[in-house]
Amino acid sequence: MTNKIDTDMVKHVAHLVRLGITEEEAQTFSGQFTSIIDYFNMLNEVDTENVVPASDITNNKNVLREDVVKPSMDREEFLKNVPNREGGYVKVPTVLGDE
Amino acid sequence: MQLHNLTIREAHDMLATKKISSVELTQAMLKRAHDVDEKIKSYVTIADDVALEQAKQADDRIRKGERITPLTGIPFAVKDCISTRGVRTTCSSKILEDYIPQYNATVMDKLADAGAVLMGKNNMDEFGMGSSCENSAFFDTHNPWDLDRVPGGSSGGSAAAMAASLATFTLGEDTGGSVRMPAGFCNVTGIKPTYGRVSRYGLIALVSSFDCIGPMTRDVYDCATVLEAIAGHDENDSTTFNAPVPQYNKNLERSAKGMKIGIPKEYFVAGMEAGVESSIQEAIRTFEKLGMQIQEVSLPHTQYALPVYYLLLFAEASANLARFDGTRYGLSVAEKAKDVVDIYLNTRREGFGDEVKRRIMLGAYALSAGYYDAYYLKAQKVRSLIRADFETALASVDVLLAPTCPTTAFKLGEKTSDPLEMYLSDIYVVATNPAGVPALSVPCGFSNNMPVGMQLIGKHLDEKTLFQVGHAYQQETDWHKKLPSL
Repeated sequence: MTNKIDTDMVKHVAHLVRLGITEEEAQTFSGQFTSIIDYFNMLNEVDTENVVPASDITNNKNVLREDVVKPSMDREEFLKNVPNREGGYVKVPTVLGDE
Repeated sequence: MQLHNLTIREAHDMLATKKISSVELTQAMLKRAHDVDEKIKSYVTIADDVALEQAKQADDRIRKGERITPLTGIPFAVKDCISTRGVRTTCSSKILEDYIPQYNATVMDKLADAGAVLMGKNNMDEFGMGSSCENSAFFDTHNPWDLDRVPGGSSGGSAAAMAASLATFTLGEDTGGSVRMPAGFCNVTGIKPTYGRVSRYGLIALVSSFDCIGPMTRDVYDCATVLEAIAGHDENDSTTFNAPVPQYNKNLERSAKGMKIGIPKEYFVAGMEAGVESSIQEAIRTFEKLGMQIQEVSLPHTQYALPVYYLLLFAEASANLARFDGTRYGLSVAEKAKDVVDIYLNTRREGFGDEVKRRIMLGAYALSAGYYDAYYLKAQKVRSLIRADFETALASVDVLLAPTCPTTAFKLGEKTSDPLEMYLSDIYVVATNPAGVPALSVPCGFSNNMPVGMQLIGKHLDEKTLFQVGHAYQQETDWHKKLPSL
């Protein structure tokens, strides 16, 4: 299986991770991604017919705790790093636009 | 004896017997950091005021006869992905360049409680993505043994700071070798603990199912001391083990005679630097001299560890780094944004470096419809096989022994143009993280005047055996005592 990752695919995944990229960057990434993904294709050699995927390596089962009210960080302190705010809110431009 | 070269144990003895004060020790370390770090560039931030304040508090504790610990008054530095309340925490990324956390990582609270003295924050590959520290958005860190060479990565600043005696201990973070690889390149002792042994709360996440905070120190004794202080269950990290933390230093002097060391045959193949291989062979002879039994073992899926590691890293990192969106903290590029998506696109374009961009895009690719089964799910299945390899091999021996890296430190700029070639330098260190097992890197010689490291890999939660074997080795050898001339 060889997958050429073309510039359209690069732009598609860039948009999925909300990353602005230029045409030139898309070109560079396309070549790099194709060779990296090609290297990963070696996993196809491994027989995983009856193998359960590893989703957890600690063997912990549902870790629960009592739902008890406790003091937490002060709201002013909590919002200290917010670049643009109004009152107790984080302020951003339009979320639902014309699209 | 110069103060900056003291081990934790030596410094503690001098502090406890009031031969020196923590303020004196801390001032000496800070002065050296300001003098020497011009050429090493291991610190992103040196926190003089915080350090001196904490040193005064430690001295008060000692003077008043309050409870002191082996770390009371000891100056340390941490990799800049560990949140420090009131001290800038950047992950060596432009996106967090001015970020000052409002809370401490659990490890920082534990070290503060122990009375240790925070000197500052160490440079790293941006968000831990790299093997040479060259992916820092700010500057390269130089290997104290040869300033033209890399310190390794991603905890390169923490390793270089130890090698150049710019802290008495440091904390790194190991997602796929990021403590062990730079420890090996810089002649430092460092451990990646069992996944879940040390709380990740307040660690800025790279791969949540791999990330492990681990100490970097002058010797195994110090490493055991620091791990004991930072390990343990944390209600803020539900993946931490609810198991007691052993008193690691109590086990150190026990003889290693009769214990079994497994040599994974897949790790000794073409491509290893001759001086690395001969150093490892010499180490094997030392272990035989200590009365340990050596036997060959097999980790049959070794060659697949690298693609499994990177695929899962890309996938988890793409999700973890979604939080850097320019609206709640960190860099925000909001001018001309007509909607909130514009803020995301512009902030992330300006805030992330190329390697971060590559990895989160590849992660989205591996997780996207049509490719999920072929890449992400396939990698999780092979991960199960890698984990089973370690369980099988470690069922018949006490520890595994392998080189930390196939070569010694490479030159700055040597591998930056080819991302895949850079990934291949991690070949011996990545497998332990998908498996979750602990691994200790210990200095074991020199090749072309550059340090060589070996790693001891152990069973789940069996750090005490790694320390015992590593300490026995350091009683027989003095590689770990060698210092670069600066």
